[in-house]
Amino acid sequence: MATERRLRIKTLVMVLAMVVCANAGDLLLKRGMTQNGAVQLTGAGVAHAFRLTVTNGTIWIGIFFLGGFMVSYMTVLSWADYSYVMPAGAFGYALLTLMAVLFLHESVSPRRWVGVVLICVGVLLVGQTKPRTTEVASEAMA
Amino acid sequence: MMRVILALAVLILGSTGGEIAITYGMKATGEPARLRPRALLQFLGRALRNGWFWVGVPLMAVSFYALLVLLSWEPISLVIPASALSYVVGTLGAKYVLREQISAARWAGVLLVCAGVALVAAG
Repeated sequence: MATERRLRIKTLVMVLAMVVCANAGDLLLKRGMTQNGAVQLTGAGVAHAFRLTVTNGTIWIGIFFLGGFMVSYMTVLSWADYSYVMPAGAFGYALLTLMAVLFLHESVSPRRWVGVVLICVGVLLVGQTKPRTTEVASEAMA
Repeated sequence: MMRVILALAVLILGSTGGEIAITYGMKATGEPARLRPRALLQFLGRALRNGWFWVGVPLMAVSFYALLVLLSWEPISLVIPASALSYVVGTLGAKYVLREQISAARWAGVLLVCAGVALVAAG
């Protein structure tokens, strides 16, 4: 069952890469857009915001991470079930709450903590199941 | 009320439909030979030449547009928890469209995740 184990490990690594890239990308975009200030919804305002956006390094790093998310998402779906990857990816919500508490010192309502616990238990349950239940197609030649 | 339900349906069916189309395309593309930059680039090139990928992308774009429209009508604390239903819809799609086997443990996990995301998003 070495291949089964290998499949599980590489799936978990990819899901983790997905979650980290998506969270890092969102946080960097948020930080970059905050540096730029609120967008004024006029022709000149939008044009100005566009210039600030494409010249902001933080935003480009954020876009790079979101690209990393897309690549890891597509890669993991080439071998793992959608119904495995999709709920496992929700671990990101739990991670984001923990980071908000640890690094931003935000206070979190009891309701949200209950949600975090439900997500973690749910992800653990899904994680126990077989990552791939459909037939393995012959591997395409690279 | 009716228009909110309609937009929510477009949001959920668009995102799950798009993701299912992309999954279908990725399964047809096949695994990358190895997880090295060169093999990954070749793999991505094959994926982008797959028609199903380009079915998925516009569906996800429509879903995103529905999300923006919904957010202009309703508070975010209603819209995001409601969109957590897509975990259930996506699992049904995985079962009936992609023919994945959904064990009892996976269903239980999906339902917990769905409830959890709704609670976290509600604040």
